[in-house]
Amino acid sequence: MARAVPLPRKALTTALAWTIGVLMFFPILWIGILAFRTEVDAIRPPLQVLAAPWTTESFAAVQQRSNYLRHFTNSVVIALGSTAIALLVAIPAAWSMAFVPSRRTKNVLLWMLSTKMLPPVGVLIPIYLIFRDAGLLDTRTGLVIVLTLINLPIVVWMLYTYFREIPAEILEAARMDGATLRSELLFVLLPMAVPGIASTVLLNVILAWNEAFWTLNLSAARAAPLTAFIASYSSPEGLFYAKLSAASIMAIAPILLIGWVSQRQLVRGLTFGAVK
Amino acid sequence: MRPKTSLCAAAALAVAAGGATAAELTIATVNNADMIIMQRLSPQWEEQSGHTLNWVVLEENVLRQRVTTDIATGGGSFDIITIGSYETPIWGAQGWLVPLDDIGGEDYDLDDIFEPVRAGLSADGTLFAVPFYAESSFTFYRTDLFEAAGIEAPTEQITYDEFREIVAQVHDPDNGVFGTCQRGKPGWGENMAFIGPLVNAFGGRWFDMDWNPQIDSEEWRNAITFYVDLMTEFGPPGAVSNGHNENRALFAEGRCATWIDATSAAGYIFNPNESTVADRTGFFPAPKQVTDRGTGWFWAWALAIPSSSQNVDAAKDFLAWATSREYIELVGETEGWVAVPPGTRVSTYENPAYIEAAPFAETVRDAILAADPSNPTAEPVPYTGIQYVSIPEFQGIGNFVGQQIAAALAGQQSVEDALAASQAFAEREMRRAGYIQ
Repeated sequence: MARAVPLPRKALTTALAWTIGVLMFFPILWIGILAFRTEVDAIRPPLQVLAAPWTTESFAAVQQRSNYLRHFTNSVVIALGSTAIALLVAIPAAWSMAFVPSRRTKNVLLWMLSTKMLPPVGVLIPIYLIFRDAGLLDTRTGLVIVLTLINLPIVVWMLYTYFREIPAEILEAARMDGATLRSELLFVLLPMAVPGIASTVLLNVILAWNEAFWTLNLSAARAAPLTAFIASYSSPEGLFYAKLSAASIMAIAPILLIGWVSQRQLVRGLTFGAVK
Repeated sequence: MRPKTSLCAAAALAVAAGGATAAELTIATVNNADMIIMQRLSPQWEEQSGHTLNWVVLEENVLRQRVTTDIATGGGSFDIITIGSYETPIWGAQGWLVPLDDIGGEDYDLDDIFEPVRAGLSADGTLFAVPFYAESSFTFYRTDLFEAAGIEAPTEQITYDEFREIVAQVHDPDNGVFGTCQRGKPGWGENMAFIGPLVNAFGGRWFDMDWNPQIDSEEWRNAITFYVDLMTEFGPPGAVSNGHNENRALFAEGRCATWIDATSAAGYIFNPNESTVADRTGFFPAPKQVTDRGTGWFWAWALAIPSSSQNVDAAKDFLAWATSREYIELVGETEGWVAVPPGTRVSTYENPAYIEAAPFAETVRDAILAADPSNPTAEPVPYTGIQYVSIPEFQGIGNFVGQQIAAALAGQQSVEDALAASQAFAEREMRRAGYIQ
């Protein structure tokens, strides 16, 4: 039975949680409001912005000027493609590190993570040259490859953490019953690790969806995803707050929706172990 | 030639022409109002030329980094790029851009483009980009506030000291109007665009003739002290985070009595659909101080072709179309004359329709013609550029100095400390680049 929490403390915690929640959500809320204002209303003081009439003209202008559907399709292909390939590589890797560790497993894990500490711009030119010579510039294949490699350390780490929570005895029992490596992975390990894999997939999709450095630098017109779509409404000379907000809402809406629908799964996967 | 042979030749030519029309060009540009109009009108060029355009629109700094990477590595991702007057001579001299001296033929009338604008987009006498629009800087002011305070609008160029006196009279924060709004956001293209001409006016310069940095000089100290005092006393709160856009919004909302900034913003401020002060705004030249040299900046957004492009002929054809007299007329007729790309062609300023629609037209032309990037300071300098220095190292130095001055404006350090740190940084960078020992 849950421990009774005194009412004042409960109220305080609730108020604090709501305050933090509102503060965190406020920028998105404000973008949402600005997106439904005219450019002139969007630059007025906050109270006047709130009182201004609602309009969808910014969405219409963005839709007319940009090919949203192409950017959206690119984002979907790049995010899902890179996540799928990362999983294909990471599941066996995490399995071997979790259940058949060697003396150097810890070092390998740390080394993998250390690649995330390198500023991306440090390897921009070499990767750009490789992409140029391989004909991968401005292609979705190229972006899938680079995002797979960039997010791979995180995927391996997350899966490794979940797999370690699964008692090795269960896998051993399966082996004793004559399971091959393939069936052990597919029919014993994966079903038990579903919450962990699901949250890894979600997190990786979100990371790939929002990745802006590589997607902007390695794409031009054909493979540009939604990050480039948003960037096209940012300007140092000209006021496009309403259109920029509309573009941002259109870009984050799909991922926000996915996050919302799957938040229970995501939170469970991120906070609980595999077999709890 | 026999008829059959000539027919074959004609067919071959037609096929060749047909092949040429199949070109698919990728154009990288910034999200400025004039470029948006160009994008909107470009299907007309696609229709008449048979080529197609793929647009890559990016924020200015992202675009600069993206295009630099592509050109330096010969990536060939872009056939046409939007480029500024800062990069054009540097990139042109590097061999990164296709020379454009032969663009458009006789009809194009290269001589119709303002001479300083052409000079700003050339390296060693070769034109490497054609101007889409050009700007200088001048002072926007609120006519109603000046009238209420009994101030006569200056007709001649005033000094910064006189400017400050005016600002003090119209400063009315209790009613939400600040005496002046100037750029405070750090960056070589942000606060330094205002500070560069200010320092020139106070007699300062970035480098002496031997490329020794001069940022800790008396002239710089006077200029930056003036700037910090002016903004602290009469500027809006949080001015350190205000760049061009923020000040543009503040002025359009009626919160600023004066604003020294890009002449290209005039079309926006004078547009009643976008600005609440369209009928209450006037303008006069950017102030001088000990000298009138380099007091108004010069900037041009231009179109260029990277040497890695595979579609040079088609790209040249688009450049000739987008920067032609006919294009300017097309914009005037379809979007309204106040919206035509300013500051590039003599003929624009001879067009009565434009002069009537744009009350700022002649002041803008005078400001652009008066801006002389090759002679920007009171004392001689080895560089060109008014609000920037045309060397690759300037971006880094300009950004650092901008941050130091922003910190001084925010009260985090003294002007002395800001300039000392800037001088040390500039010396180190110039030494590293081999300009000085």
